[in-house]
This record gives sequence, structure tokens and C-alpha cells, in this order.
Amino acid sequence: MVAHNTAAVTEAAALQHGLTTEEYARICTTLDRAPNLVELGIFSVMWSEHCSYKSSRLLLKQLPTQGPRVLQGPGENAGAIDIGDGLAVVFKMESHNHPSFVEPYQGAATGVGGILRDVFTMGARPIANLNSLRFGSFDHPRTRYLINGVVAGIGGYGNCIGVPTVGGEVYFDAGYNENILVNAFTLGIVRADKIFRASATGVGNPVIYVGSKTGRDGIHGASLLASAEFSGEAEAKRPTVQVGDPFTEKLLLEACLELMEQDAIVAIQDMGAAGLTSSSVEMAGRGGTGIILDLDKVPVREEGMTPYEMLLSESQERMLIVARAGEEDVVRRVFEKWDLDASLVGRVTDDGLLRVQFHGEEVARLPIALLTEAAPAYERPAAPLPEFEALQELELNQIPPTGDYNQALLTLLDSPNIASKAWVYRQYDYLVRSNTVVEPGSDAAVLRVKGTHKGIALSVDCNSRYCALDPYVGAMIAVVESARNVVCAGATPLGLTDCLNFGNPEKPAVMWQFAEAIQGIRDACVALNVPVVSGNVSFYNETEGRAIPPTPTIAMVGLLENIEHHTTQWFKSEGDVIVLLGLTREELGASEYLALTHGLMRGAPPWIDLQAETHVQGVCSAAIAEGLVRSAHDVGEGGLAVALSECCISGPGAGVGAAIELEGAIRPDALLFGESQSRIILSVRRRHLGRLRELATVHEVPVTVLGEVRGRRLVISPLIDLDLDEMRRVWTTALPRRMQAAREGGADV
Amino acid sequence: MRWGVVTFPGSNDDHDALYAIDHVLGEDAVSLWHKDRDLKGVDCVVLPGGFSYGDYLRCGAMARFSPVMESVITFARAGGLVWGICNGFQVLCEAGLLPGALIRNRGLRFVCTRVHVRVEDTDTPFTCRGTRGEVLTIPVKHGEGCYVADPAVLEELERNRQVVLRYVDASGRATAEANPNGSLNNIAGIVSRERNVFGLMPHPEHVVEKLVGGEDGLKLFQSVAAAYAEHAHGRAASVAPGH
Repeated sequence: MVAHNTAAVTEAAALQHGLTTEEYARICTTLDRAPNLVELGIFSVMWSEHCSYKSSRLLLKQLPTQGPRVLQGPGENAGAIDIGDGLAVVFKMESHNHPSFVEPYQGAATGVGGILRDVFTMGARPIANLNSLRFGSFDHPRTRYLINGVVAGIGGYGNCIGVPTVGGEVYFDAGYNENILVNAFTLGIVRADKIFRASATGVGNPVIYVGSKTGRDGIHGASLLASAEFSGEAEAKRPTVQVGDPFTEKLLLEACLELMEQDAIVAIQDMGAAGLTSSSVEMAGRGGTGIILDLDKVPVREEGMTPYEMLLSESQERMLIVARAGEEDVVRRVFEKWDLDASLVGRVTDDGLLRVQFHGEEVARLPIALLTEAAPAYERPAAPLPEFEALQELELNQIPPTGDYNQALLTLLDSPNIASKAWVYRQYDYLVRSNTVVEPGSDAAVLRVKGTHKGIALSVDCNSRYCALDPYVGAMIAVVESARNVVCAGATPLGLTDCLNFGNPEKPAVMWQFAEAIQGIRDACVALNVPVVSGNVSFYNETEGRAIPPTPTIAMVGLLENIEHHTTQWFKSEGDVIVLLGLTREELGASEYLALTHGLMRGAPPWIDLQAETHVQGVCSAAIAEGLVRSAHDVGEGGLAVALSECCISGPGAGVGAAIELEGAIRPDALLFGESQSRIILSVRRRHLGRLRELATVHEVPVTVLGEVRGRRLVISPLIDLDLDEMRRVWTTALPRRMQAAREGGADV
Repeated sequence: MRWGVVTFPGSNDDHDALYAIDHVLGEDAVSLWHKDRDLKGVDCVVLPGGFSYGDYLRCGAMARFSPVMESVITFARAGGLVWGICNGFQVLCEAGLLPGALIRNRGLRFVCTRVHVRVEDTDTPFTCRGTRGEVLTIPVKHGEGCYVADPAVLEELERNRQVVLRYVDASGRATAEANPNGSLNNIAGIVSRERNVFGLMPHPEHVVEKLVGGEDGLKLFQSVAAAYAEHAHGRAASVAPGH
């Protein structure tokens, strides 16, 4: 039956491929024979954590994925939500962590390329990219190199393909020294009735390979790079990192969208992780069909490639299309126009098998179901580390109050986690396609939707210090904060995509963090009535046995029914009244302040009351919709003092000061720098204050008048009095100064 | 008047230029394909921003050899209006329709930011609706936007008032800090000696609506339309396209 280069493999080979003894035994039992090397390669990728979600699948089922606007939930290349006017948004976020650590430029670039393909394969025109980046401490010798490479790679790909990078987040923590995170998000727009899916149906339909030729790059990216811990020399894994070509992807994008205007294709899927194998197997799996592939027809970059290499290559910028029988020439013509390969490589069959032919012989023959729904799924043991509860303890009485609050605020503004990220986003084209209404640097980016009065607001968030100290609460806060950000921009949250970055799931402590985070996301989503429509799990973010802080990154997508209501975070004019929605509690646990000024990373993360949160967001939304709000800003890391500073200095132009009176029965550092949740700073015209109070009363939200927009200083009497120019200098130079230190070979400053 | 916007493989801002012309300016605009020599009877050709052919060799170096450029070069030599934005400016320099070259930014990084540019001359079809000394706010976004030329060429450009836009600060001073890429003489945009070919690094097509970053770029599009209209009425021959 199966011959040529197809001798049965041994268990030792299976273990080298990342499979376990039990998994290998299961393969042999089910097939009633040992697989050959090609088949073993297929199992190794399809049963890898990266492709099969074997450790997370059962838990992910807890997430709410439905809603009246949801057109496509998890399970496809990306999620889709109806935004009215016959349009839908398609979006997803994905990690490219290990590749970016091994080879930062190409790793980050191909991360962007991959997520773009996931979106345009659905028929959507990508209109916005975001990214969430985590680097190690600036004390670490590789950090600057990694920042430079990752930022250049994201820009290099996104700028060249012509999709704006409109926002994101960047954090620094020693916990990422040996395992950075690069999470890339793309959103596209599509006609709601023209969404393409990846389900191979229609026996006899042609399977067509389009895009770049297949080379030997990226082999085992999914299995060995993405689904295993790092140990020792990460650089030795560089050959498993793919190389990106944004120009080819631009052609592929235009060709695919042009082809989708015609009624020629049944299904289409990106050849991402595990390339030709996963795209063909997953499409047949969804369609309940089989697929036969002839590898002699695959366009290759070099001679002598084996079936094993062709099936596992992760060469970029390739797609697999199932066309309608008889429409092959339509496909070919479009791709010829764009100077891309299009090759008929197979057919859809009805036998439920993946059959692969090479030089006239069958080199693999496997049941599709065994590679997809019947792949292993584990309920792994979960338990917190013993020190978990002790870390949450924090005796505020033992923490000496800071004497100089001016200095404390400047120290926070100089923290790379809080400082301006302009050094990063100035390297990204955030304007192409001319939709960017609110540019990077406010709570959320806002894009207009051409041909409508609508807008889309986007924010990506996660505080991994919160998650490390309490993954349940931390994950909840990631969801509500991203929602709060899009609400501050004037939008209603529509749905989210998550990128769940964790350590080795075979360790009970990591699995416990993961399970807690899933529950946190679920509870927050239920409270806010926001579905999860797509996502990605990235495990094995560990090096030498040390896991990263749990980092469930959330990207929230919001809708503005009227784009004219878009709102930014900075104060607009003198005389406006500054108002705080929400309560400030006496809490400093897990705060940036505690970490910076006391070197403490402990305590419980801020209290979160989901009911109160929805009310605060409700008041903010209502006030914006009534046109009362001049500026709206979420209170996040660094607390009230940092949020007020950002209101003063983060806008275009010279900024404007504020005169604030702060009262409270709580200690001054908690009042200024505590990170209590569910708080929003608004500025309104004085004549609108009464109406704002009415709205707040209806929603039972506490309102405090903090002061007035005024002058060229931030005065928070009696604690803080600082000149705006000095604050701005510290805040804007914090990142460039640290990056500069690298070029001069100097130590950290 | 009829506008044409070229799409090279790798052009990104072609859609934006078309949108600015037909949706905002309200003029007739057609797309021109790089493999086509036919300019479809347009009165002004726009070479848009982007990364033509990936810009893997040198920015604009491949695009100048495309079939459409043969026609564009002939059109320009006959006095037709040709306008290159960003990558389009690079293509025009490579094609020899404008002097000088655009090299890697002084800071070595891609830079996307709003800049101020001063209108240096209004005696061109591209700036005739502006005022001399007027400061416009328009974004730049490029990795290779540092304009260079040898001293003799620079001197000639200045003498002939071919420098049309210069990077300045908000108050209109051409300082080093206001220069985003290290361009010699803070040059942001130039015209050919015959004033019918215009290249600039900033992106006016991104700032044609109040909602999206402001309207300062619209003035350049309106200038071309006005110059064409005046020419069509047989007036103002000095700024008219010569075909």
C-alpha cells in the first residue's frame, strides 16, 4: 500500500518529533500499523500543542462565543461580527513569541504576515493592525536588540503591505528576559454576505496552491519551536524561523480579494503553521471530506525537496484554495495578473482520508478525523504554587509613605511601562488607507468605516503583574480594561479576541494559571455581554524551566454608531471641569508604584466589581453619546496622578495643565498612585456638569469633581505641583534614552 | 479633468489617492495598471506611495522600468502633469524626471509623523492655490526620504525656485529639528524645471478631510484642478500643463 521512502518508524523517532510514548502507541493502534516518516511528520505537527490545542481545548469551551451580532466564532481562520450597513469586521490575534526571540526581525514580521492572512483569507480587506509586546528588563543584554528587531520587523512587514499599525501596548518585565512576547492582531472589513470559510466541500473540486513557492524554511516551526520550552542556545533554532516577504503577501492579498469578487471558490485557507499539511487537513476536517494531494505539482524553491519537507515547510505567503470544478482558469488568470504561482495540486474526495502522492507513489495515507477532532485532548492537573497566597499579602502599614510626591510622579512617568511609546509607533505607518481618526497614543485607536457614519475602536490590554499575582482577577481586569478603553473612545464593545500566553502546561502551576485566567475572561465577558470570537493559545513560554508571567492578552473591538462621537484622552480647553467616575480605594497591591519605588511585586491586584464596572462604562458611554464629553481617559497603571498627567501632556500640541483638589481618607500614595479599577477621568464643559451628575445618579456611579483644566502646570494640591514641560520631557524621552544607551554601549540609565 | 493613479505591484496609497480625488475633490479618477502603456487620456498622472516591487533593490529602481512608466516619461516630456508622492517621488528621481535622489533617513529608522512644510513657491500647478510662506501640516511615513543632490544641482533648484515645499517648525522656520529625515536644505518637495513634474515625500492624500487628520493636503489637489481649469479656459499660461 505505502511504499518508497516509507519504512515504518520507531518510537524513538516519534519522541524526537515531540510526541509522547502514549501518543505514538495510539497512532499505531488506530492505524493498525506504524506510520512512516512522512506520516510521523504529519502527526507531529497536527498533534502539536500549537495546532491541536490539546491542553487547552477542553477549558476553552467555557468561553462565551455567541451573540446576536456574531457571524463567525472560534474555529475558523478568524472571528466575524456584524456591524450593520451590510458590513462585518473580521479579526484575530496570534502569538509569534518563540520565533521573535530567536530571530526578532523575521519572527515579528512573519507574525504580522500570518495574522494578516488569517483575516484576508476570510474575504476581508485588512484595515488595522495592533500588537502587544513584552520585553525583558533593560538590564538584560539582549533586550535592546530584541526591541529594535521586533519593532523594525513589525514595521517592515506592516508598512510594506500597506496596512496601518494603529495601536498596541509595550511592557517591560524581567519575567520576559528569556522569552519575549509578540502578539499580532489584524482587523478587516468585509461584506457580511461575502465571508469566506475554510471548509473543503464538493467531491472532485480542485485544490489549488497559490502564492510563494515552497522552500525548506520553517520546518517544524509549529511542533518544535512553538510547542516546546526553550533550553540553552535558542539561536540554534534559527532555521525553524520563516522568512517574510511582505511584497509577495501584498500581491497575494490583492489577488485573493480580486478572486473573491467572483464566484469561483468554495474554501480558502492560509498555509500558516504546519503549512500544506494543516491547511489541507483542516479544510477537509471542517468539510467532512477527504483530500488527495500530488506533491509533484507543488511549486518549489529548490530541487530535491522530499515529501516530508514539502508537507512541513512553513514558507510564508501561501494559500490553499478549493475552487469550484471548472473555474480553475478563473483562479489561474487572477494569479497570473499578479505574477503569482497557482498550481492544481489535488482534489476533494469522499473517503475521509488525506492521501499524498509523490513520483507516482502514495507516501502518506491517514484518516483526516484522526488528525483533527480525534487528536489528543488533555485535562491536565492544575494546582497553584505554594507561595501563591503569601505573595498576595501586603501590609500597607509596613510600607513607608513617599515624602516627595513630585519625584514619585516623575519616576512613574519615566517608567518604560508608562512612558510615551512614540519611539515605537513612529516606526509604523498608522495612516495608510486614510481611516485613522484617533492615532496611536490615546486609550484606543479609532478608524472610520468608509461609506458609513460608523467607526471602529480598538484596544489591546493585559497587566501581567496582576495576572502573576492573581490570574483570575488579572484576566478579568484585562477584559474590562480593554472594554473601558474602547468605551472612553466613544465606542460600544462588540467582541474580543484573546492571545493566551503561558508557560509549560504540563506543569500544574501553569495549568492552574491558565484555568483561572479562562474563568476570569469568561466572567468578565458574561458581565459585559461581550463574546470571544477568535483567539490563540501559546504555551511553553519558558526558558530553562522558568515560565513567563501569565499573559492573557485581550484585544477589544468596539463600534461607534456615529464616528463624530470619537473621543480622545487629553484635555481640550481651559475652564473645562475635570470629573472622576468611580471609586478610589486604599489599595497599592501589584501597582507600578510599589514596583518602582519600593521594589515590591506583591499584594492582591486591585479589587474588581464587575457590576460597578459596567455602570461606570455605561455612564461614560451615555455622556459621550449626549455630546457632553470633551475628553475621557481610563485610570490604569500609575493611578490617578499618572492618568491626569497623560490628560495634560499626551495630546498634540503643547498640552494644557490642571488644578486638582484631592481629598480622601486614604493614604496619599494610594490616592495618587493606587490602581483601583472602574475609574474614568472625564473633562466636560461646566454647563454640562449637572447633566453628567444626573446620568451618574441613574447608574449609581460615584462622581467626584476633581478640579479644572487650567494653566501650564499639573497641580494636585497639596501633594503635587509640576511644570508640564518637565513632565513631558521625562515622559517622552524615557524610551529613546534607554534605546540610545544601547547604541553608545553604555549601561542602563 | 481626468486623473490617473498608477498601481505598481506594491503600491499602497493608490487607493487613498483615488479616494482623495474622486470622493473628496469630486474629480474623475481612473486606475492605471503598471503593465499597461495606455494612460487612458488622463490630464494628470499620480505615482502613489508604497513599496513598488517591494523596493528590494532600491526604492523606485524597478518601477521606472515598468511599461506604464514608458508612457509616463513620454507624457511628462510633452509637458503633462505628473505628481509623485513618497515612493512616487523616488520613482520620478530614478526615472530622471526629477533631479537628485532619496536615501535612507538620517535617523536610520522608518518615521511616521506629522510634519510642517512651508509653501516656497506658488508658481506651479501643484501649489497655485496656496500662499507663499504658508505652513501646511502633512504626515510623512518613510524609511528613505532624505533628499540629496550635488551642490550644483541644489543651487540650481534653489535659484529656479524648484524647491516647492520645505520642512519647517510650527512657526515656519527651517530648523534641523524640523527636518524628519536629514534632507539637504530641508527639502520636502520639488518640481521639474518646466514645473509640470512634482515630487514630495509628505502624503497630502492622507489629509484631505477634517475627520481624518485635517484638510491641509487638499490644497495641493485643488491647485492642480484649478490650474487645469484655468488652462482649459486659455488663461494663466504660465502655470498650465503644456499639452
